[in-house]
Amino acid sequence: MPNTPDLECRAISKSFDDFKAVKDVSFSVPQGTFFSILGPSGCGKTTLLRMIAGFQKPTGGDLLIKGNSVLEVPPNKRPVSMVFQHLALFPMMNIGANVGFGLRQRGVNKTDIKKQVERVLERVGLGGVADRPVSSLSGGQKQRVAIARCMVLEPDVLLLDEPLGALDLKLREHMKIELKQLQSEFNTTFVYITHDQSEALVMSDQIAVMNHGVFEQVGTAKELYYEPATAFVAGFVGEANRLRATFKSAEGGLLQMVTPEGRALGGVDAGQGLSPGETVEVFVRPEAVRLSRNAADVAQMGNTGQGRVENILFNGANSQLILRDQATGAEMNMALPQTGEFRDLERGAEIAFGWDPQQTRVYRSKGNAHGK
Amino acid sequence: MANDRAKLTFWLLLAPLMIWLLTLIVLPHLGMFLVSLREKVGVREYETSFANYAVFFNEPLYWNTFARTAYMSVTATALTLFIGFPIAYYIAKLTRGRTKTTLFLMCLIPFWVSELVRTFGWMILLRETGVISNVLQYLGLVGGPVEMLYNDAAIMTGLVYTSMLFMVVPLVTTLDSLDDSLIEAGYDLGASGFAILREIVIPHAMPGIVSGCIVVFMLSLGNYLTPILLGGKDSLWFTGLIYNQFITRFNWELGSAFGFLLLGLSSLIVFVGLKLSRQSLGKTMAQT
Ligand SMILES: Nc1ncnc2c1ncn2[C@@H]1O[C@H](COP(=O)(O)OP(=O)(O)O)[C@@H](O)[C@H]1O
Ligand SMILES: [Mg+2]
Repeated sequence: MPNTPDLECRAISKSFDDFKAVKDVSFSVPQGTFFSILGPSGCGKTTLLRMIAGFQKPTGGDLLIKGNSVLEVPPNKRPVSMVFQHLALFPMMNIGANVGFGLRQRGVNKTDIKKQVERVLERVGLGGVADRPVSSLSGGQKQRVAIARCMVLEPDVLLLDEPLGALDLKLREHMKIELKQLQSEFNTTFVYITHDQSEALVMSDQIAVMNHGVFEQVGTAKELYYEPATAFVAGFVGEANRLRATFKSAEGGLLQMVTPEGRALGGVDAGQGLSPGETVEVFVRPEAVRLSRNAADVAQMGNTGQGRVENILFNGANSQLILRDQATGAEMNMALPQTGEFRDLERGAEIAFGWDPQQTRVYRSKGNAHGK
Repeated sequence: MANDRAKLTFWLLLAPLMIWLLTLIVLPHLGMFLVSLREKVGVREYETSFANYAVFFNEPLYWNTFARTAYMSVTATALTLFIGFPIAYYIAKLTRGRTKTTLFLMCLIPFWVSELVRTFGWMILLRETGVISNVLQYLGLVGGPVEMLYNDAAIMTGLVYTSMLFMVVPLVTTLDSLDDSLIEAGYDLGASGFAILREIVIPHAMPGIVSGCIVVFMLSLGNYLTPILLGGKDSLWFTGLIYNQFITRFNWELGSAFGFLLLGLSSLIVFVGLKLSRQSLGKTMAQT
C-alpha cells in the first residue's frame, strides 16, 4: 500500500484529571512530509507529541504508524524517534556513543556501529567528532548530533519538540534552513512542533494550527496565510489588523459591516456562513493596506480611512507604520513601502489609507477569542 | 592594604576548621602513633620498636578479626547500596512534592532516637523471647523459641539499618539532578529498562554511589555498639579489640597500634574502591 500515511491520528485525546489537554485531534501525515504543529504555548503540542512517541497514553482515539495501531507498543519499540526540547544528549557518553546508543540497543556489532555512526555524522556535517565529548560542541552542532542520533535508527517518523527554542536568533534562522535540508535529504517524515510561526511557515509542507487542544486548521503555509479558516488562525499566522464590527448585509459576495463608531467596512466571508446582525471580527493584513498622502488616491479602494502616524518601526524592507485611525480610534499596523515616497514621513503626520474589501476576511466573533 | 585585610579574613575564617583538624584529628593521631611505637620492656621502661605491630601479625585471632571486620563492612556497604538505590530512585524520580518530602523524612526518623535505643529495639525484636520469635511460634511455624540475635545476620541487619540514611541522601541528591528527558530519550532510542539503568542512571549517579559507599563503609568499620550488642561477646569486631586493649587490658600501646592499623585499612579500601570505580575523591565530594 503505497498510499498508507506514515502517521495517522484518529480522534486522539488526552485528559489530565478533568482538564482536556488534547481534544479529538485527527490528522494524517504522508511519507516524506515536513509536518508542523503550530500553536501558542500551553495549547497541548508537547502532550500530543508525547502520545505519538509513547510517553503518554491517550485517553481516547487511535494512533497508527504505517497503517498499524501502536497504542499498545511501548516507546522503546515504536518506529518513531524524538528530538527533545533540550536535546537530551547523554553527557556521560562521547558523541560517537551518543549516536550509536540506539544501534547498541539493537545489538548491532561494534564495527558496523562505528561505520554507521561515522556515516550519519558526516551526513549532518560533523565527520570525525565521534571521540569528542558532547560538551565540546556548539548549540547548533548539538542540534545536529541529536538529529543524527535519531536518524541513524532510520525511524518512520521523526518527532521534534521545539528543538530551536534554546538557540539564539541568528543560529535559529540558519538552523531553519538546515533542518529543512536535512529532512529532504533523509526523506523522512518529520513532525515538528513550535510556537514560532516563522519556523513553521518556512520549513513545513503542511502546518496544523493548534489552539486549546484542537486543530483549528491544517494546510500549507500559503493556505493558512491567505485563507485562514478561523479568527484564531488569521490572528496567529502572520500579522493582521483586527477590527470589530456588526454584519449588516451581503451584496454580491461582499459583506457590508459597520464598526461601533459608525464606519462602513466591506469584506468577504471566510466561509463561516455568517448571517446579518452578528458581531464579527474583521482581519486585514498590514501589506494589504495602501498608504497615501492624498485621500483621493485611495478613495476608490472600498475600505478607507484617515489616521495619525503614531510610530514608525524602520526595518529596511520590512518597515512598519503604526497609526491611529481617526474614525475608530483603533491602532492599525501597516507595511511601510520603502520606495522613497514616505521617506520623510514623521510621527504625528496625517495620512490616508485604504484597502480592498476582497483582502478583508470576516469571522464570527467568539467573544474573547484572542490570538497571540 | 586591602589585600592584607582579605588575607587576614581568610585565615580567621579558616581558623576554626584548622584548630578542629589539629586538636581533634592530627594531635591525637600523632600521640597514638608515638604510643604505638613504645614497647614495654619492664616496669615503666619503654623502648621504641614495632613490637606492637608484630604482635598483631603473629596472633591469628587479631588477624582474623581484622579481616572479618573489613569483609563484613564491605558486605554491609554493598547491601546498603542494593537496598538504598531503589529507595533513592523511587524518592528522586517517581514521587514529587509532598510525598517526596514525607518519604525523605521517613528515612530520617530512625535518627531521632539514639543509636543505643535503636539497637535495643532490634534486640527486642530478634531475641529468643522477642517479638519475631513469639509471632513465629504463635503461627506454628516453629516448634520452640528461636534465637536470632548473636550471629552475623543480626550484625548485618543492624549495620545496614544504621547506615541507610547515609546512602540514601547522596543517592537522592545525584538522582534528582538526572534530567528525566535523558531517561525518556533512552527509551525512545530503544533501550530496555536495564540498559538505561546501566548506561545512563548509574553513570550519572556514580559520584553519589561512591560518596555514599565511603561514608557507609567508614561508619560500619568504626561502629562499636551495633556489632557488640547484636553480635554478642564473640562478635569479633575490630573496634571491640581496640576497646578491650584500652579499657580492659590497659594496654594502650597495643590499642594504639590497632587503631593505626584500622586507619590504614580503611584508607586502603577506600583507595581501592575509588580506583575500581574510576572516581576521584575531589570529584565525588564536589558533586554531592
Ligand atoms: N502531566 C500533566 N499533568 C497535568 N497537566 C498537564 C500535564 N502535562 C501537561 N499538562 C497541561 O496540558 C496543557 C498542555 O501542555 P503542553 O502539551 O506541554 O503544551 P505546549 O507544549 O503546547 O506548550 C498545559 O496546560 C499543561 O499545564
Ligand atoms: Mg511544549
